[in-house]
Amino acid sequence: MDNDAASVHPDHPPSTPSAPARLSRRAFVTASLTAGGGLLLTLHLPAAARAAGAPTERSESAEINPFISIAPDGIVTIMAKNPEIGQGMKTTLPMLIAEELDVEWKNVRAKQAMLDPIYGPQFAGGSLGTPLNWIPMQQVGAAGRQMLIEAAARIWHVPPGECRAAKGMVHHRPTGRALPYGALARKAAALRPPELDSVTLKSPKDYTIIGKFTGGIDSPRVLDGDRLFGIDVIVPQMSYAVYEKSPVFGGRIVRANIEEIRALPGVRAAFIVRGSAPDAAIKMGLVDGVAIVADRWWDAEKARRKLRVEWTPQARSRQSTQAFAQEAARLMRSSAHSIIRRDGDVDAALARAAKVLKATYSYPFLAHATLEPQNCTAHVRPDGSVEIWAPTQNPDSGAHLVAQTLGIDPGKVKVHMTRCGGGFGRRLSNDYMVEAAMIAKRTGRAVKVLWDRTQDFHHDAYRPAGFHAFTAGLAASGKPVAFRDHFVTFGQDGQVASSANLPRDHFPAGYVPSLEYGQSLLQLDVPTGPMRNPGGNALAFAFESFIDELAHAGGLDPLALRLDLYGPPRVLSAPPPRGGLRIPPFDTGRVRGVLELVAQKSGWKRRGALPAGTGLGLAFYYSHFGYVAEVVKAGVNPDGTPKVHKIWAAVDIGRQIINPAGAYNQVQGAVLDGLGQALHLLITVENGRVVQRNFDTYHLLRMDEAPPVEVHFLLSDNDPTGLGEPALPPVLPALCNALFAASGTRIRSLPIDRLHSHHARA
Amino acid sequence: MRYTIRVNGRRRVVQSDADTPLLWVLRDDLRLTGSKFGCGIAYCGACTVHLDGVPARACVTPISAVGNAAIVTIEGIGRSHWGRRVKSAWLDLDVMQCGYCQAGQVMTATALLARNPRPTDADIDQAMRNNICRCCTYTRIRAAIKRAAGLPTADTREADHG
Ligand code: FES
Ligand code: FES
Repeated sequence: MDNDAASVHPDHPPSTPSAPARLSRRAFVTASLTAGGGLLLTLHLPAAARAAGAPTERSESAEINPFISIAPDGIVTIMAKNPEIGQGMKTTLPMLIAEELDVEWKNVRAKQAMLDPIYGPQFAGGSLGTPLNWIPMQQVGAAGRQMLIEAAARIWHVPPGECRAAKGMVHHRPTGRALPYGALARKAAALRPPELDSVTLKSPKDYTIIGKFTGGIDSPRVLDGDRLFGIDVIVPQMSYAVYEKSPVFGGRIVRANIEEIRALPGVRAAFIVRGSAPDAAIKMGLVDGVAIVADRWWDAEKARRKLRVEWTPQARSRQSTQAFAQEAARLMRSSAHSIIRRDGDVDAALARAAKVLKATYSYPFLAHATLEPQNCTAHVRPDGSVEIWAPTQNPDSGAHLVAQTLGIDPGKVKVHMTRCGGGFGRRLSNDYMVEAAMIAKRTGRAVKVLWDRTQDFHHDAYRPAGFHAFTAGLAASGKPVAFRDHFVTFGQDGQVASSANLPRDHFPAGYVPSLEYGQSLLQLDVPTGPMRNPGGNALAFAFESFIDELAHAGGLDPLALRLDLYGPPRVLSAPPPRGGLRIPPFDTGRVRGVLELVAQKSGWKRRGALPAGTGLGLAFYYSHFGYVAEVVKAGVNPDGTPKVHKIWAAVDIGRQIINPAGAYNQVQGAVLDGLGQALHLLITVENGRVVQRNFDTYHLLRMDEAPPVEVHFLLSDNDPTGLGEPALPPVLPALCNALFAASGTRIRSLPIDRLHSHHARA
Repeated sequence: MRYTIRVNGRRRVVQSDADTPLLWVLRDDLRLTGSKFGCGIAYCGACTVHLDGVPARACVTPISAVGNAAIVTIEGIGRSHWGRRVKSAWLDLDVMQCGYCQAGQVMTATALLARNPRPTDADIDQAMRNNICRCCTYTRIRAAIKRAAGLPTADTREADHG
């Protein structure tokens, strides 16, 4: 996806932290009356403010949309502008508005907004929902409250300063009078709304919604089995479709037994679709395939099993996990193709070091495996307009992909965002959306395309594998003085593949005087993309495990070494603002805060007293503006598999936990997600295709392997930031470091599976 | 083939090939989309329904094998004592993230409690280990089962280890 480098994009969140965006001075609300006599607050977001955060710009005209409506009966309906993927934004953002509007949560309804430029950025990614919306959503709510107070004051002929709002009512204390919002709606609708930047936000001590345990706003409906997910969409006269693609990435169709398929029971249509470009597989666009359309999905799926397709032979079909590993080993023996960062003279520092350590780390490709397989419902009308119902994290980018592929104006693509059965970054790509649109166009009717699990495993934008050859030199004190990483990663024609890069400021860069990050690329014809905490989900394992090795080699406590490397609490200089985000500086005091907190909660200092065969492991990772330290307590089962007893997480995402219900859930979920990756997860490439086909060969974590996860939030005086991702990375190295402490076996490649296959203490 | 099945207490007539899995009859023919499709091979539990009170994987249960069994899905489970308790415990503790697995989790948990109203952590592991939650809400699923059972929700497994 091509985007303005200055914009904040879900695929490419700023690598440095950010402060909440404020709505531009030109953003404003207007008020009007609903047909039923209620108050309608409309947010006007000028193009400039939208561009600050929108993945792509759709229209330059200032548009308006109802954002909040207050009905005469006091029920408040708030548009939920972002996709809901399980991260809780459909609950969190309305909470922010409702808090400042001063209404009771039980009277709040959230309605999923459509994709529309007037809402500004609409995506779920980069843990950006909170930092981008924290202030603007409160401002919108506060503007509404101010108008309702003003309306009441005018009715009573009293100064607005004597009135206050609470629980959907305006009160005039001196006279004891009160009016419900519903009764004020008509009057308020005639008022001129305040400038958003001029509104006064509440003091946190007056919060009645923010900070309260608030269950997911749609959860009761999910448990009633209501139709909320993409896979549940039913539109009139809809057909069901499957789409068979080449299991070897980039394969094109030579021929297929289409006639035979068309004759099968229940099949309405079967046809070949040509992909949009030779590199569509890498770009997650429309690829060659055979569409089978039927009255029931099962009939289409059954027919697909009889499908015989001849694909073009692919030179790339020799690509394999094994060959990548061999080639990476060869590359790591020579010097890096390019240098990402060089501080000081590493070779000279190594020559002077008291001790030199070398280690090679590697991790595999991973699939997102959202539990809801990819699906999309589309209808292309005779006038060429397209209506889409999709579980997507990135609807705007999807609309553009559809428009581009079908050769129509993006304004003709209407996208309904459904609830997503998991996202994890998978649904930032909209390949399934463009398939549905093309099949709908060809059939002339509404079509729901649904993938089976094997297709979902075989057509992902995988978390890229990677290889690190580390060399470090320690001073006599044990402190690292030289650090080198030769990172062997993947690319296409000299360009690093999506989510396969090593940021030049990655720790310990800047904290070890002589340091070099070099990089060599392996040519890759398998699509890659962001997966929950892109980069961090892999790099944390390699770097934080090697830091642990350095601590042990230097005879230092791994906690003390980290505290020493980050140094005394101080605020490092802030990068320039990016898009709508002010980027707050990196604060080593916050690192220290979570490290000390997790050490205290986990009994780190007393770890020597643990029974033999049980160990604690520690790791810290900073990402998506969040500071997270985790400790794992683990041992080894008799069969060599790890036994994880408990995990502690200490998290600093600022001064306010907006919704504790969601926040603790996100941390526990992210920690267990990372634990599952470390223990079992592996995607293997053979002959240019992915081997794993279903959950029988891709072992997601299960109930009996999920240990207790104790979460502690450290409330520091910083604006709140997001929580979908930052808690994931530290658990992988913390687990490996715990297993080393427990058994002496150092894990240098993932997944772990059994300790026997890893290196015993040297 | 014509099949008459009993779903959530109602008699339904469906036209289907004998080998069509119950899941697709429920979802596409009867438009009961609460039961979810995750794997199609009985590995994830997203499609769990009850057949005569016993959890079954609808994705691998051919319609021809259902016979006269009483089928209960997530849409109907709230009418049973344990179904109601499980659902409200799920909401009290805000168990779900994306929610996609949760119909299956609730169906399995309800069957567990109907059979064993005071489950231990080991019983919960045993009963629930075949229901995947990709969002990893296991901590809260465990606590919610205990809450529905009226048991203390604390996870005692770590303490047992010492
Ligand atoms: S869909 Fe039936 S067990 Fe996974
Ligand atoms: S809540 Fe998302 S899969 Fe369980």
